[in-house]
Amino acid sequence: MGEVYLDHVATTPVLPEVLEAMLPYFKDAYGNVQSLHSWGDKAREAVEEARGKVADLIGGVAEEIIFTASGTESNNFAVKGLAMAHQARGKHIVVSAIEHFSVLHSAKTLEKWGFELSEVPVDKYGLVDPKDVARSLRKDTILVSIMHANSEVGTIEPIKEIARVVKQSGAIFHTDAVASAGSIPINVKGLGVDALSLAANQFYGPKGVGALWLKKGVRIIPFLDGGVQEEGRRAGTENVPAIAGLGKAAELAKAEMGARAKRFSALRDKLIAGLPSRIEHVLVTGHPTKRLPGNASFCVEFIEGEAMLMLLNSQGIAVSSGSACTSRALKASHVLIAMGIPHEIAQGSLLFSFGLDNTGEDVDYVLETMPPIVDRLRQMSPLYAKFLKDKSRGGK
Amino acid sequence: MPVYNEKVMEHFMNPRNVGEIENADGIGEVGNPVCGDMMSFYIKVDNNRISDVKYKTFGCGAAIAVSSMVSEMAKGKTLEEAKKITPALVAKELEGLPKNKYHCSNLGAQALNKAIDNYLKKQGKTAKSQKGGKK
Ligand code: FES
Repeated sequence: MGEVYLDHVATTPVLPEVLEAMLPYFKDAYGNVQSLHSWGDKAREAVEEARGKVADLIGGVAEEIIFTASGTESNNFAVKGLAMAHQARGKHIVVSAIEHFSVLHSAKTLEKWGFELSEVPVDKYGLVDPKDVARSLRKDTILVSIMHANSEVGTIEPIKEIARVVKQSGAIFHTDAVASAGSIPINVKGLGVDALSLAANQFYGPKGVGALWLKKGVRIIPFLDGGVQEEGRRAGTENVPAIAGLGKAAELAKAEMGARAKRFSALRDKLIAGLPSRIEHVLVTGHPTKRLPGNASFCVEFIEGEAMLMLLNSQGIAVSSGSACTSRALKASHVLIAMGIPHEIAQGSLLFSFGLDNTGEDVDYVLETMPPIVDRLRQMSPLYAKFLKDKSRGGK
Repeated sequence: MPVYNEKVMEHFMNPRNVGEIENADGIGEVGNPVCGDMMSFYIKVDNNRISDVKYKTFGCGAAIAVSSMVSEMAKGKTLEEAKKITPALVAKELEGLPKNKYHCSNLGAQALNKAIDNYLKKQGKTAKSQKGGKK
């Protein structure tokens, strides 16, 4: 039996070089960044070096990086912190329908706090149309938050075009780049955004650390009140080992980005071509070309994602699904529903995400393992039985 | 993936009695209002006893394990006994389900119940038209 991890959207492993970069700050250089002695100096140097590397990854300036404890925190910080800081100018915010819950639920919280929220739709590929964003903007729109790429279906949004529209209105533009940062080139200036979120565990850094890039001069309400850490915008003792790890991961991601993307996209394309040709009634979700290099997402008709996931797991293959049954809230993925995928088809959602350890043989193994699993579940599916019956009757 | 116990996993990996019964005496179909999944139960009845049960399930691991368990519990029982199979009993036989998967056990018990009702209804009709028990 194989051991094939294809759930890199959940988290990547930590690269040995990254772990190496983290270790000294647990044991030897364990000082507190804020301390005024040499222990503090060492920690401070590590954090500032990481800050520079993260800024480098996205074409920003070191002082514009605020370290956080996750991508979720970065998104909460940006959405709530920016809206609260600029509410004197208006109380309207705009997000897309397929944002990560850390953006969506933050926006809903703002709604409870008296803000007004507009959701921009997406097309069947999950793409946001800049024209729809333009239509949603009002005089009192203070903040727009639209993701750079969607991890569930891999679609990469036209952020540059959207930013142009948003800029004309004078609103602040935040983009959640947790799924894309470290995987595809990002230049915050070229994109024209005001704030951007990223997370280390999406590109071979440790869990529990992320960053918010905030353009110089843009005001924000502190996320955590307390000491002077992160210029007083995010108090709390800095997680030095994790930040050092994020820095190293960012440095490696930048250096190896092209080579990694080439490898991942070859694996992705092999699976996207292979699966629907081996199994009937499988549809590829997301955009055919504007998609993350490591993302191959599907809906397998007539069966349910959790059952597939469990059978794949029994064969040593780790994937994820956006089916209602796999979610804690028992709701089908809001991303797939927003793309107009019918509920019963969204139930068959399956997401493969590639990483550095994956090979073409892994894809072969998946292509070999999937058909009997799908077959087995379809044999017991009342929906499939109905489909076969109606088809033989010539109906639809 | 939710954490299922060994018994649930065993039924999920080796579900008993999967399939359809041609010319079933009773058929029960239910949809899960919570997650949108579906289950169909087919029964064969002899002398007021369920002599055969089969089912088809579109749903999660728990739903599959539940349908397998319900089919085992129902087989050989009289209709009255089988009607007493509740979601709680199914969950108990499975030695527990994760909290957010309890609704899947409703599906199984409901589908079986519906199949029995379907049989009884048909029986009523045949009884009237043919003045007699089962064919
Ligand atoms: S059938 Fe959907 S959660 Fe069990």
